[in-house]
Amino acid sequence: MPMDGSAILARLTERFGAAIRETHDYRGDHTAVVERPVALDVLRFCRDDPALRFDMLMDLTAVDYLRYPGREDGPRFEVVYHLYSVAENHRLRIKVGVEEDDPEVPSAVPLWSIADWYEREVWDMYGIRFAGHPDLRRLLLYEEFVGHPLRKDYPMNRRQPLIGPRN
Amino acid sequence: MRAGEGNDPGERATTPPTRRRQEIFLGEGTFPQPEATENLLVNIGPSHPAMHGIIRLFAELDGEELVKADVEIGYLHRGFEKHCEAGPYNNAMPYTDRLNYVSPLINNFGYASAIEKLLGIQATERCEYIRVILSEISRITDHLTCIGASAMELGAFTVFLYMIKAREFLYETVEAVTGARLTISYGRVGGVKADLPPDFEAGVQTAFRETRTVLDEVHKLLTGNRIFMDRMKGIGTISKEEAIGYAITGPLLRACGVPFDVRRATPYWVYDRLDFEIPVGEVGDNYDRYLVRMAEMEQSMRIVEQALDRLPGGPVNVDFEGRPFSLPAEYVDRGKLGKTGGLLLTPLKLSPNLRGQEAPLHHAVNAPDKRAVLPSKETTYGSIEGLMNHFMLIMDGFGIRPPAGEAYFAVEGANGELGFYVVADGSDRPYRVRCRPPCLPPMAALPRMVEGSMVADIVPTFGSINMIAGELER
Repeated sequence: MPMDGSAILARLTERFGAAIRETHDYRGDHTAVVERPVALDVLRFCRDDPALRFDMLMDLTAVDYLRYPGREDGPRFEVVYHLYSVAENHRLRIKVGVEEDDPEVPSAVPLWSIADWYEREVWDMYGIRFAGHPDLRRLLLYEEFVGHPLRKDYPMNRRQPLIGPRN
Repeated sequence: MRAGEGNDPGERATTPPTRRRQEIFLGEGTFPQPEATENLLVNIGPSHPAMHGIIRLFAELDGEELVKADVEIGYLHRGFEKHCEAGPYNNAMPYTDRLNYVSPLINNFGYASAIEKLLGIQATERCEYIRVILSEISRITDHLTCIGASAMELGAFTVFLYMIKAREFLYETVEAVTGARLTISYGRVGGVKADLPPDFEAGVQTAFRETRTVLDEVHKLLTGNRIFMDRMKGIGTISKEEAIGYAITGPLLRACGVPFDVRRATPYWVYDRLDFEIPVGEVGDNYDRYLVRMAEMEQSMRIVEQALDRLPGGPVNVDFEGRPFSLPAEYVDRGKLGKTGGLLLTPLKLSPNLRGQEAPLHHAVNAPDKRAVLPSKETTYGSIEGLMNHFMLIMDGFGIRPPAGEAYFAVEGANGELGFYVVADGSDRPYRVRCRPPCLPPMAALPRMVEGSMVADIVPTFGSINMIAGELER
């Protein structure tokens, strides 16, 4: 039976207490914002808890809040996990704040195999490292690429061709 | 024959021993076991006839056997997500066409629905039916392309030609609605670009008749074919647990026996009112994927036929009060000269797929929300309110402005769950658009599927994944 989203959030808060910094259900998407030190524990709990059983990491991405109005003093990045339970048919979003000067979160590769490529993509696009990732290479761009293009301070029109004029 | 084999010294002399590269430089006898073989590293791709789409596969081979594989992608990365952040919400619509360019309508509607979720608006019932109909037609075209191409790579060129023929009929119906075959840009936040043309249903019936004939022929040609089964059965297998761990969705997961389908799990639009089955396989090999896709096409046709029967409003091709339609050019000229008297009530005859929407159709296919939907041409040219509304949605810095927040909306794309995660900051352009590409997880699992098999098995496995580089690399 799918669990109600607020019941999932209540279960997480009950288990982790203050480490769940914030929860909300904007537009029906239930979200928990989690402190970084317990992020891996929360994810593991979500996967292994018999009531939650989030067996699929549907998506993993990041958001750069550098220019987001009202977020000037918070952590610059957020790593966003979209979890789905094939067994129970419910969804959850987990967000982990990451500071600019220490952009690192624990890797979820031991929990879900797909985290390998997702984390490589986030490293590629945002420069967030995943501690414990077996092979953190760029996924979409080439190794010679300088910078991380989806960061808000990476200019839209910067070109880095491998061949031809560079700017 | 390997170096060092055979006991007869004469035979050994006639067979030149394979020398390792180190031995050539360092001299004979550097290595104690000259008969040891070395694995061969081969690049398959990025430009290879059997790699439809550009990827590179580093393959470590021991003879014909694939020991280890590594996939390199990114040759078609165009910065979709970065581009979306640069313009207003509706400007991303043409970019979404180019994600999965075999079934672009699903991407359009998925993105539009994600923004609608952020705005908290609901599309009209007719619009949702139109979205379902066109999404299912797109799913059929996608599956036809996938099966046709992978059959062709196994030598069944006839199947490819038959399936592309059927796809042409379906593309013609898509073209009649949207005005284009691939780069359709037909979705809109809050609605669709235009209503269905009057002869749409007849076109769909013809296309489906052709498609069913082709599917029947392909079943006869392939499903029990000895060569085809030898190449597909037991190849590229992935277990249910691994597939879930790799976040594989869509036909590949269903081929493993997991009946997960977004249309059923979290019904969106009007899928909960339509009757369809979810075909599942058993072992999760290439052959099961083929069967699942073949069965899904029939289910998609069932969905379209039901949706056409229940399409609310029916065809809208006459004015509700019987007034003559006027030509768009005259209409605009009158509006620009300020002769707006009566314009608001004069119905306009527009080409349904190129110019926009006339008032009677506009209300049928668009949400009644002035924050997101452009007004009809009559309202724009015939009234000052309409003109202001139009400008408010077009001007830089105005446009669609969802309140700050985030939303994830998933649709069942042809290859699996296609999700859009959009973060809004209250301005007229999205702060972050993330597309969850359905064919990235299977590509990540490709090494797992092909390691330990023969080189030739890469081709059908890669074909069954149906990698679309546009959505894989965005």
